Amino acid sequence: MGRAVSARFKPGDRVLVKMEDRPGHIRTPWYVRGKRGWIERVYGEFRNPETLAYGGDGLPKRPLYLVGFEQSQVWNKYEAAKDKLFIDIYEHWLEPA
Amino acid sequence: MSDTHDKSGEHGHEHPRHELGYYARRIYAIRDLLLEKKVLTQEDIQEQIDYQEQRSPANGARIVARAWVDPDFKARLIKDPKAACAELGIDATSLNEFVVLENTDKVRHMVVCTLCSCYPRPILGRPPDWYKSLNYRSRAVSDPRGVMREFGQSVGPDVEVRVHDSTADIRYLVLPIRPSGTEGLSERQLAKLVTRDSMIGVVDALPASAARA
Repeated sequence: MGRAVSARFKPGDRVLVKMEDRPGHIRTPWYVRGKRGWIERVYGEFRNPETLAYGGDGLPKRPLYLVGFEQSQVWNKYEAAKDKLFIDIYEHWLEPA
Repeated sequence: MSDTHDKSGEHGHEHPRHELGYYARRIYAIRDLLLEKKVLTQEDIQEQIDYQEQRSPANGARIVARAWVDPDFKARLIKDPKAACAELGIDATSLNEFVVLENTDKVRHMVVCTLCSCYPRPILGRPPDWYKSLNYRSRAVSDPRGVMREFGQSVGPDVEVRVHDSTADIRYLVLPIRPSGTEGLSERQLAKLVTRDSMIGVVDALPASAARA
């Protein structure tokens, strides 16, 4: 880690996962689309699996973040208030919240 | 293996259990073709089998046991996991990014890949079937405490459970808590307590007594 990245978000920023539906090798799980969380960590830049998976070069690379969510915000009936969920999400799936 | 084969089990004899399914027959046919056309040699295939076999949870167990006995190594492992693996002769370079999640009395981690079966293979080998099952993949994120309970692990309400859904380029290894009463054990004995499942995070490491078994 520790690579220089021109990332739009920094740790602590509140983000919203885009509610989009399109076919392809999408690495953003459905269950967090439209949910709010925060940037926990900036992982660096990686080739975009959405084109890499189809024989493309995956370029330009996309910043990848560790995004945190409160479990109670993700699921309707989640009881343990402190529990959290962390997901690796590419920048183009996030917007400021 | 034809479709007309009597599967009713009422014709008085047992069938050999090694009959190959459709995909197994297909992969053997592809292997034979690759050999016949000299794309691969038998040695190439054996080399790959050996490579796959040497990647096993024993690697992860060595890493965890070293981290338990050597706080400086643990600090390096968390800061730069791949370099720390290399110190033990474990090659993690094929992983894009490798992150170690340390369990404590207050926080415990559990790893899942809800989209497929992303898994730190150089460290843990091939994922178990349950890790790839729809049941685990869906319930690990929505009911991690219930899943752990089914694995025999109770987690107190004061402990924070953090589930990592490894959907992209990062692979995660859980560093379980060192069990109590293990002060006198050697690193090798400690490694015996570190199960694959404890490094996925669904259970704790085995109790001290298991090292003498």
